[in-house]
Amino acid sequence: MTAPLLSVKDLRVEFATRRGPLTALDGVSFDLAPGEILGVVGESGAGKSLTGLAIIGLLDPPGRIAGGEIRLAGERIDNLPPEAMRKIRGRRIGMIFQDPLTSLNPLLRIGDQLVETILTHTSLTQRQARERALALLTEVGIPAPEKRIDGYPHEFSGGMRQRVVIALALCAEPALVIADEPTTALDVSVQAQIIAVLKRLAREHHAAVILITHDMGVIAETADRVAVMYAGRIAEIGRVDEVVRDPLHPYAKGLMAAIPTLEGRAARLAQIPGAMPRLSAIPPGCAFNPRCPNVFDRCRIERPPPLAIGTRRAACWLYDRGEVASPAKEAVS
Amino acid sequence: MIAFIIRRLFASIGVLIAVGLIAFVLFRYIGDPVNQMVGIETPESERVALRQQLGLNDPAPVQALRFLANAARLDFGISYQFKQPVSELIGARMPATLELAFVASIMSLVAGIPMGVYTALHRRSALAKLFEALSLVGISLPTFLIGILLIYLFAVTLGWLPSFGRGDVVHIGSWWTTGLLTKSGLKSIIMPAITLALFQMTLIMRLVRAEMLEVLRADYIRFARARGLSERKVHFRHALKNTLVPVITVVGLQLGSIVAFSIITETVFSWPGMGQLFLQSVQNVDIPIMAAYLLFIAFLFVIINLVVDLLYAAVDPRLRVAIHGA
Ligand SMILES: Nc1ncnc2c1ncn2[C@@H]1O[C@H](COP(=O)(O)OP(=O)(O)O)[C@@H](O)[C@H]1O
Ligand code: SF4
Ligand SMILES: [Mg+2]
Repeated sequence: MTAPLLSVKDLRVEFATRRGPLTALDGVSFDLAPGEILGVVGESGAGKSLTGLAIIGLLDPPGRIAGGEIRLAGERIDNLPPEAMRKIRGRRIGMIFQDPLTSLNPLLRIGDQLVETILTHTSLTQRQARERALALLTEVGIPAPEKRIDGYPHEFSGGMRQRVVIALALCAEPALVIADEPTTALDVSVQAQIIAVLKRLAREHHAAVILITHDMGVIAETADRVAVMYAGRIAEIGRVDEVVRDPLHPYAKGLMAAIPTLEGRAARLAQIPGAMPRLSAIPPGCAFNPRCPNVFDRCRIERPPPLAIGTRRAACWLYDRGEVASPAKEAVS
Repeated sequence: MIAFIIRRLFASIGVLIAVGLIAFVLFRYIGDPVNQMVGIETPESERVALRQQLGLNDPAPVQALRFLANAARLDFGISYQFKQPVSELIGARMPATLELAFVASIMSLVAGIPMGVYTALHRRSALAKLFEALSLVGISLPTFLIGILLIYLFAVTLGWLPSFGRGDVVHIGSWWTTGLLTKSGLKSIIMPAITLALFQMTLIMRLVRAEMLEVLRADYIRFARARGLSERKVHFRHALKNTLVPVITVVGLQLGSIVAFSIITETVFSWPGMGQLFLQSVQNVDIPIMAAYLLFIAFLFVIINLVVDLLYAAVDPRLRVAIHGA
C-alpha cells in the first residue's frame, strides 16, 4: 500500500453534556490510500456522519475531538487553528451532505455559488472561474450548462441539485471527498446515476472517497474497502469483496445477510434482535454483546480491540488468537 | 409580475372599502352628526334643514356609497371641533408624523439589524450580553417612561435638546413641511425618534438574532463551510441574506405600527402630528377625524403589505417564480 492519504488513529469524539461527556466515537482507526473508495456502513446513529465531520473539522459544539489523531498526507489536521483548517476544507477535503435540496443556498444562483468557491481556492479571474464552473457542470452531467448556470437551486430537480453539489465539492480538486449518504434523500431512480457520477469524477480527479451510506448494494458496487460501524466503533474493516462475501464480525454478518444476492434468491432479511444502544447506555465490554448470537463471558467484560485477520480487522473476541475458521462458518440463523 | 401587482391592488381596494364601511358606521351612528355640528340653542327648523342638506335622511346604502365616494376624493367632511375640512387638518399634521416615523424606522433598522447579527454571531461575548440586557429593558419599559427619562436627562438636566415641538420647519411643495433641513428641527426630532425607535429596535434585534441562529444551523451554511468559504462570506453573504427574508415582513408591519404607536410619543413630546390630532378628536368625539384616521392607518398597512410582498419577491427567487407563474 502506498503512503496513506488519510490516517485516522484512535479517534474519539465526545459531546459535553450536563451529566458529563458522552462518547460518540471511540477508538476509530483506519487508513485511506490516494484514490481509494472507502465505504462506511452501519445503522443510523452508528457514528458515520460524526466520523466525516470530525475529519473535515466541522463538528458542531458541544461535540469535539477528545482523543486520537487525524493525518492528511502525513500532516496532523485535527488540532489545526480554525483558519488553517478552513483552508483545507474545500481545497484538500471536500464534503457532500445527505440532502441536496437543502445543501444549496436558495437565494444564490448556482453559478455564483460555484464561482465563489472556485475563487476562494484559486487565483483565477472571475471570468476564468465562470468558465471553470461551466466545465464542472458539464462534467457532472448537467445538460446545457450555459443555460442553467444562472438558475437558482429550486429550478433544478433533486438529482440535478446533487450533481451541482458534487461539482461544488470538487471545485478545487480535493484529494479526499467525504460523501455522507449522497443519495439517501433522492428518488430511487436517480440514486444509481448520482453514485456513478461521483465515482467517475473521483476517478478522473484522482480523489479518494469516503462514501457513507446504509445501502450495502452501493458499497458492494462502488467501494474498494468497507468499514462497518456500530455504536461509535468500527466493528469490521476490510476489502469489500471479502467483507461482503465472508463477513467476520457477527454484526457485519447480520448486515450482509440482508443484501439480496446475485443468484436472485434474495436472502431473508436476517433480523438482528434488539436495537443499537444509546450513547449513554453502551454496555461494558463489546458494544454488540446484548444482541450478539455468539456472545460469551469475555465479551461482557473486556472490550475487543480491532484484531487483524489477514488484510482486514474485526473487533470481536471470536478472532482472538486468529481463530477464524470455526465461527465464520456458523451462519447467523 | 404585473398580474400579481394588479391582483394585489384589487385585494387592497377590497380591504379599504371594508374599512371604509366601518368608518362610515362609526361616522354615522356614533352620536348624531347634527348635534355635534350645531350649538345648544340652534332651533329645530335649522337642524332639520342641516340634516336634509347633509343627506342624513337618505337611505343608509346611499349614504354609505356617498361616504366612500367622498373618501376616495379625500373628502372626509368637516371637523366638529375645528370647523375645518378634515383632509386639510390631517394633511397639515401628516408630514410631522411620517417624518418622525421615517427617522425612527431608519434608526431602529440601522441599530437593530447589526445588533441582532452581532448577538447571534458572538453569543458569548460581553457586548452581546449587554445588548440582550438592553433589549429586555427596551421591551419592558413603556414608551412614555422612556420619553420622560430622555426629556429629564437631555432637556431638563443637560439642556442639550428641546423637549417639545418640531423646531423650525421648511415648506416643500404645496403642503409638505420638513424639520429635517433646519438645525432646530433636527435637534427636535432626536428624542422623539429615539423614543419611538427603541421598542422597534429591540424587536428587530431579537428577531434578527433568532432568525440568524436558525439560519446558521441550516444545511447550506454547513455546506458553505465545508467548501472552505471564509466565515465572513458564510455569515454575511450566505446567512444574512436568508435571515432577512422573514425579517422583512415583520419589519414592514412594525413600520406600520410605528405610525400607530406614535400617538404616545407625540403626546409626550408635544409633537404636532396626526397622533396628537387623533387623541384630541377622541377626547372631543370628533368622529370625522377619527373615521379619516382609521382609513389612513388602513391605507398605510395596505401599502406596506404590498411593498413587503414585492420586497420578498426581490429577495427570494423562489417567490419570484411563484408570483410569475401564478
Ligand atoms: N449534538 C449532539 N449531541 C449529542 N449526541 C449527538 C449529537 N449529534 C450526534 N449525536 C449522537 O452521535 C451519534 C452518532 O451520530 P451520527 O454520526 O450522526 O450517526 P450516523 O451513523 O447515523 O451518521 C448518535 O448516537 C447521535 O445521537
Ligand atoms: S466480541 Fe463477543 S459480543 Fe462482541 S461481536 Fe464478538 S462474539 Fe459478539
Ligand atoms: Mg448520518
